[in-house]
Amino acid sequence: MSASPALVELRGITRRFGAVRAVDGVSLEVRAREVVGLVGESGCGKSTLGRIVSRILEPTAGERLWKARPYREYEGNGARAERLAIQMIFQDPYASLNPRMRIVDIVGEAPVVHGLIAAAERAQYVASLLARVGMDASLMRRFPHQFSGGQRSRIGIARALAVKPLFLVCDEAVAALDVSIQAQVLNLFMRLREELALTYLFISHDLGVVRHLSDRVVVMYLGRVVESGPTAELYAKPNHPYTQALIAEVPRIDARHRAYVPIRGEIPSPLDPPGGCHFHPRCPHAFARCREEAPALREIAPGRQSACHLNESRTP
Amino acid sequence: MSAPLLDVEGLRTHFFTREGVVKAVDDVSLRLERGRILGLVGESGSGKSMTGYSILGLVDPPGRIVEGRIALNGLELTTLGQEGWRKLRGERIAMIFQDPMMTLNPVLRIDTQMVEAVLAHQRIPRSAALERCRDALERVGIASPGERLRAYPHQFSGGMRQRVAIAIAILNRPDLIIADEPTTALDVTVQGQILSEMQSLCRESGTGLIWITHDLSVVAGLADDISVMYAGRVVESGPVDDVLDRPMHPYTRGLLDSVPSRNAPGAPLSQIRGMTPSLLGLGEGCAFRTRCSRAVDACRATPAARSPAAGRSLRCVNPVP
Repeated sequence: MSASPALVELRGITRRFGAVRAVDGVSLEVRAREVVGLVGESGCGKSTLGRIVSRILEPTAGERLWKARPYREYEGNGARAERLAIQMIFQDPYASLNPRMRIVDIVGEAPVVHGLIAAAERAQYVASLLARVGMDASLMRRFPHQFSGGQRSRIGIARALAVKPLFLVCDEAVAALDVSIQAQVLNLFMRLREELALTYLFISHDLGVVRHLSDRVVVMYLGRVVESGPTAELYAKPNHPYTQALIAEVPRIDARHRAYVPIRGEIPSPLDPPGGCHFHPRCPHAFARCREEAPALREIAPGRQSACHLNESRTP
Repeated sequence: MSAPLLDVEGLRTHFFTREGVVKAVDDVSLRLERGRILGLVGESGSGKSMTGYSILGLVDPPGRIVEGRIALNGLELTTLGQEGWRKLRGERIAMIFQDPMMTLNPVLRIDTQMVEAVLAHQRIPRSAALERCRDALERVGIASPGERLRAYPHQFSGGMRQRVAIAIAILNRPDLIIADEPTTALDVTVQGQILSEMQSLCRESGTGLIWITHDLSVVAGLADDISVMYAGRVVESGPVDDVLDRPMHPYTRGLLDSVPSRNAPGAPLSQIRGMTPSLLGLGEGCAFRTRCSRAVDACRATPAARSPAAGRSLRCVNPVP
């Protein structure tokens, strides 16, 4: 493990919605200036976890730490800057901008409200933010409907940057964009990371995008983390059978006329997840213990963790 | 030589709106043989879905097919009229939509909807129709089909619903299936299953498939041929390997280069500058020229489709070498 301290740390985070455990005992660290990719299929709890990190949701159980101190210690006016340090970028660039507000207000409202800038400085401040995300400042009097999907994404990013965050939670931030526009926005994320020393939790179902951007990857399945590790190692040698299947299923440009050998079944309902290891009904290697006992997430190599009973039966 | 399964020649579907004419499909030609899969690739607004709807005769006013031929097994469709087209839809040509809830009626049981699709085209006993529905569900990998037939759409997961939609499409053993982004809303592992089923279906039954998508990697694994659309026109087409390994149109090349897996991790992605143009009042010339690094003066005139190599077609005056 590297020595740089964790900016965000989650310990045993659980979040229930009624009977559903959307997130089930997740522990996770994101170190300063790191990009952590959080991947998984729909319903795995990755978005819920992202919202818990960014304070949009409260966890049912577990502890959240910011710079090694619990989130609750950052309440009150004195800690406002610390609370603003985590911002979120949303998936749908059409739904996450108020259609009745001009860009100058969408981007400039929060920094004025939080006292980062004076109201009189707003236009100038917004202009500098728009320039940073690659947009012309002359567009700030316009409304969201006058922009394309890619431009709206940039506006959403400028809005998050307006309160000078250290940490961005990006929830499927490029999923709605066309391929050629997606590359532009991914490049913007990488450039901003360098320029502003940002840390990202990058949530995506797209394993190609995550591979490109992330230093470390965390894989979730039905509310639990099944594997995590440095990006290159995890993609080269996935340990958990679910990660293996996920990486094998990703369509690739260089895989032509392939005969798909699909993984069995679908993601079970989170209302009634299978006992033991959640993945066992779809796993080609499942044995008796997998049906009874949930495997713990254990270190399998320096910096790598996996939750699979097979790892224990392999070691003497 | 017999006629190809589908032969689309010079198709133009235009929308006559109050603001002006939108040339959603502008001189598109496609060819598909039996049992083959054609990937129709493009970004939003490129006209790929509208090309599919045109082949099915599903263009609503203010849009209409203003020019071109669509021949299915040698039968000209554009002169059929609505009644003739309706007889073909669901029988000889079927469509699968991105959202299966568009295909399925939420208040009817699956059996009701499936049997209706069979009996609309054939006079057979209901029991025989039900039997065929069961077979179709089994064919697309739905376990205990007899039981599932009595379920309502909301009782299925997204992947299962898409399977039901595919089962309905294959009910009458059509010659041609047009699938419009059918796996875009699905998870990767479920997408793999559906791609595999569609592939074997075409191979075994000889059904031709047009797979409309924005995802080049899906097409790479699935299709035999590929047509790339931009702003209403097919800019490049040919066998999948040729087009993906040796793209000639700067747009195809740009799309391929911007795919993250083809760039070194962490390095800036190669990107196409600018954004997709509005189709409203799109003037003369190559629509890509404002974003193209290879644009020359000659691009101001609309480039004609030409064949630079056997089986390939290209609309570009200054192709990638």
